[in-house]
Amino acid sequence: MRYLPLTESDRSLMLAAIGASDVDELFCDVPAAARLDQPLALPRHQGEMEVERAFTRMAGKNLSAGCAPFFIGAGVYRHHIPAAVDQLLLRGEFLTAYTPYQPEVAQGTLQVLFEFQSQVAAITGMDVANASMYDGATATAEAVLMACRITKRNRAILSGGLHPHYLETVETSLRYTEISADVLPPDPLGFEDLVGRVDSSTACVVVQNPGFFGGIRDLGPLAAICHEAGALLVVMVAEPTSLGLIQSPGAMGADIVVAEGQSLGMGMNFGGPGLGLFATRDKYVRQMPGRLAGQTLDVDGKRGWVLTLSTREQHIRREKATSNICTNSGLCALAFSIHLTMLGGTGFGKLAELNHAQAVMLEQKLKAVKGLKVLPQSYYNEFAVHLGDEVNAAQVVDKLAAKGVLGGVPASRFYPSWPELAPVLILAATETNTDDDMDRLVAALKEVL
Amino acid sequence: MTETNTISGNRGLQVEEPLIFEMGCEGRSGVDLPDPAPVDLDRLGGVPRRGKTGLPDLSEPQAVRHYTRLSQKNYGIDTGFYPLGSCTMKHNPRLSEKVARLPGLADLHPLQPQQTVQGALEVIHTLAHWLKELTGMPAVAMSPAAGAHGEWCGLMAIRAAHEDKGEGYRRRILVPESAHGTNPASAAMCGYSVESIPAKENGRVDLDALKAKLGPDVAALMLTNPNTCGLFESEIIAIAQAVHGVGAYFYCDGANFNAIVGRVKIADLGIDTMHINLHKTFSTPHGGGGPGSGPTVLSAALAPYAPVPYVIESAGGLELVEGARAGTKPFGRVKGFHGQFGVFVRALAYILSMGSDGLRQASSDAVLNANYLLACLKDVVSASFDGPCMHEALFDDRFLKESGITTLDFAKALIDEGYHPMTMYFPLVVHGALLIEPTESESKETLDQFIAVVRGLAARARTGEAEGFKAAPRLTPRRRLDETLAARTPVLRWKP
Repeated sequence: MRYLPLTESDRSLMLAAIGASDVDELFCDVPAAARLDQPLALPRHQGEMEVERAFTRMAGKNLSAGCAPFFIGAGVYRHHIPAAVDQLLLRGEFLTAYTPYQPEVAQGTLQVLFEFQSQVAAITGMDVANASMYDGATATAEAVLMACRITKRNRAILSGGLHPHYLETVETSLRYTEISADVLPPDPLGFEDLVGRVDSSTACVVVQNPGFFGGIRDLGPLAAICHEAGALLVVMVAEPTSLGLIQSPGAMGADIVVAEGQSLGMGMNFGGPGLGLFATRDKYVRQMPGRLAGQTLDVDGKRGWVLTLSTREQHIRREKATSNICTNSGLCALAFSIHLTMLGGTGFGKLAELNHAQAVMLEQKLKAVKGLKVLPQSYYNEFAVHLGDEVNAAQVVDKLAAKGVLGGVPASRFYPSWPELAPVLILAATETNTDDDMDRLVAALKEVL
Repeated sequence: MTETNTISGNRGLQVEEPLIFEMGCEGRSGVDLPDPAPVDLDRLGGVPRRGKTGLPDLSEPQAVRHYTRLSQKNYGIDTGFYPLGSCTMKHNPRLSEKVARLPGLADLHPLQPQQTVQGALEVIHTLAHWLKELTGMPAVAMSPAAGAHGEWCGLMAIRAAHEDKGEGYRRRILVPESAHGTNPASAAMCGYSVESIPAKENGRVDLDALKAKLGPDVAALMLTNPNTCGLFESEIIAIAQAVHGVGAYFYCDGANFNAIVGRVKIADLGIDTMHINLHKTFSTPHGGGGPGSGPTVLSAALAPYAPVPYVIESAGGLELVEGARAGTKPFGRVKGFHGQFGVFVRALAYILSMGSDGLRQASSDAVLNANYLLACLKDVVSASFDGPCMHEALFDDRFLKESGITTLDFAKALIDEGYHPMTMYFPLVVHGALLIEPTESESKETLDQFIAVVRGLAARARTGEAEGFKAAPRLTPRRRLDETLAARTPVLRWKP
C-alpha cells in the first residue's frame, strides 16, 4: 500500500524489539467485546488510477461554473485566481506544516499570518485582525459573543440584510447562552430601521454591507447611534473585493468587522472551506477570539514572529477562553494573502471597479427582460431582482439550469416561509463574466418567463 | 559551530526576507485585469472608498519569490518526521490535491440547483457512509469545520436532546484532567459548567471518582479515547454504562481515532457522539493551521437533533436537506453552506485509496510504530506509563532531573537535529510531558534514525551539556524568540 512504508519484515523486527508476538497484542487494552477481528465489509484499497477515475466520474455529474453562464453569489463568489496562488500554496512546506507553535521552524507561516493580519486590517480599516476563523458565518457568531463580553450586555440586534446562513449560525450559537437576538425580517429593499431599535440594553448591532440583497449603506449614522448607547457596531462583509470600492467599515465607525474571505485566493469548492476574517479596534484585542501572530525578537536580536496573546485561548484558559476555536483556516489565509499581494492596492481597487462595472452592465442588459425589477437602490456586484408577482424564482432557476445557465439563487431557498419573496432572485456578476454570458442569461430569462 | 558573517545577512540558502509592505512600490501589479468600462459611482450608496488601502504593489516574480522564500523557513511533513503527539501528522497524498482541483468539484457553487451538483452530493454522501460504517454509528453531522467545532456540535445535540426530554436542568459536563483545552471551552459555549475528573495511576479515568461525580444534573462525559496519554480506556464500556445509568450522554473526542480505525467500532464502546478530525485521521493537509473538518457521528438517540444541512437519498437522486423535516428537530446550523467540502474530497480520496484493509493496516502500523519508539527509548527517556501504548507514547522529564535541562530545551535541541519537536507539556497530567506520535507514515529507517538522535541527546543531557541545550536551536532562520516581549508589547500588524 503506497502510503505505508513498513514491510512485513520490518513489522516482525519491530514486534520482536517490543517483545510482542503479534500486533493484536498491542491492542490488549481494548475490551474483547469491542475488538474487530477482520476488516469491515467495505471496499478494499485502490490504486491512484482507480481512485482518480471514481472522482472524475463524480465530477462529471456536476455542472461546473466554468461550463455555464454563471451568475450565482449569495455569499460565495467566483473570481479569477492568479495561477501563482495555487502553485505557491501547494509548496509542501506550507501545505504540510502544522500550526506554528514552534516558531523557530515556522517563521514562514508566521510571517504570512502577520502579513495577512496587516492586509485584513488595511482593507477593513481596522486596527488589528486575527489569523482567521473557520468562515464568515462562524466569525459573525464569535463577533456577537465578543461584543457581549465587552459590553457586558446580552441583547444583539441582527439585521434582516444578513445572510440567512449567518443568521442561523448566530442564532444556533446563542441558543444555550444568556444572549437573546432581535432578528429583523428579510429586507430586500434596504428599508429596515436599525437605528430605532438601539437602546441601553443593546450589546451590538450586526449588519452586512453590502447586504444580502445587494444594497450598500452608509453605516456612519448607525455607528454613531450605537456608540451613543454604549453598543458596538459589528459589520459583516460577505464579498471582500467590495472593500476596494466601498468605504471601509472601519472608516464608517465599525467596532468589529467580520468577513468571508473566500473571494480572494480560494475557489468556490461547493462552499467550503471558507475563510473567516475578524478585525477590531486595538482596545478590544484581548477579547478577540482566534490566533494572533505578533512581532518579536530572537535571542540574537533579529526580528521574528510568534503566536501571541494566547492567554485568551483554549489551550491555556480552557473553559474561560474567549472561544473554543483551535484550528483556523491557515492555508486559506495564505491563499487570500497571496492573491491580495499579487493584486496590490492598485489591482485591488481595479478588481472592485471591474466587478461593479459588470453588475452595472448586467442591470442595463436585464432591462430587456419584461417585468423584471432590480430591487436595491445601490449595489456592488450583486443585486436582488423581482421577476413579477406570479413568478416563482425557484422554478425559473431550474428552467435556466436545464438550458445550461446558472442564473442566480432564488430567495425562497433561504426563506421558504415568506411567499412575498418567491419571485425574488439574487444575481451576481464578477470579472469572470463575459458579455456573451450576460446575453445568454438575458435570452434564457426571456424564454422561461 | 562556525558563524559566518555575510554582508547581506543571508546564509546561503537561508535568505532574509522583508515584509511585503517593505517591498511594494506603486505602479506595479502581479495581475493584469481588463480595464473596467467607465461607470458613475452613484450606485454605491453614497459611500465610495475614499483614500488608499495601503496595500503594497508587487509584480508576479516578486510575489512568487517572496512566498517561496517564506516557505523555506518552514518545516512540514514533506520536510521530515513530525513526531507531534495528538496531532496525527501523517503523509498528505498528492492524489487528494489533484482530485480536489478537478473543475467538476472545485468550480462548484454551493447554491447551484441540486440537480446540477449530484456528484458533489455523492462525495458528501459516500464519505458520510464510510464514517458511519467505520464507527458503527447511525448518523453523522458533516458540517462542523474542525475538531473543536465538532465537539461543540456534539454537545449542542446533547443539550438539545436533554431540553427536548424536559431535562434542561442537566448542566454539568465531566472532563478528565488530561483533556484537550478545547473540551472544556466547547462545553462552556453550550452553557455548561465543567468539572475535572482525576486519572488513576495507570493513566486511565478513575471509574470510582467518575461515579462519585455522576448525578441527575450531569449532561455528559467528554472523554478522549485513546486518551491523551496514548492509552486505551480499558474500562470504557463500564464508563459508558455508568454515564448512561444517570441519563447522561457519552461524548468521545475523536482526535486519536487514528489508533483504532478498522479495529474498533466506537458504537460498540457505548459512545453517543464523537467528532472525527479529517485533517488528522484521514490525512488532509494541516496547512499551517487549517482548514480542518470535524464531522460528528451521532447515536440513534441524538440523530434527530443533527444540525442542517445533510444529504439523504430521495426519489430524484441525492437531496440536500437545509431545513427541519418531519420527525427531526435539528438544533440549528453550525456554519455557512454545507461543510468543508474541499476537505471532504481529499479525505474521501484517501479513504478510497486505503480501503477497509488499508485503514486497518494503517492503525495497526501507527500503534506498532509508537510501541517501537517506546520500546527503544524507555531505558533512557522516562516513559510515563508501561506499554503497550496506542498510537502515541508519553514520556516525562524525570530523565532530565538535575541536568538543568527542561523539556523545552530538549525539544529545541531536536530542531537542530532536523526534527520537528514532539508535543511538549501536554497532557498536563505528567510533569514536563513529551508526547510522541509517529503515525504509520514513517518507515523503520526513519524511526531508527530518530531513536538514535533522541538517545544521543539523552546521553548528552546526562553528561551535563546543559548549555548546548539552552542555546538550541542554533541552525534555524531565527533562534529562540521572545514570547514575553511579543505579548507585553503587541505588534500585530505592519504600520508604516
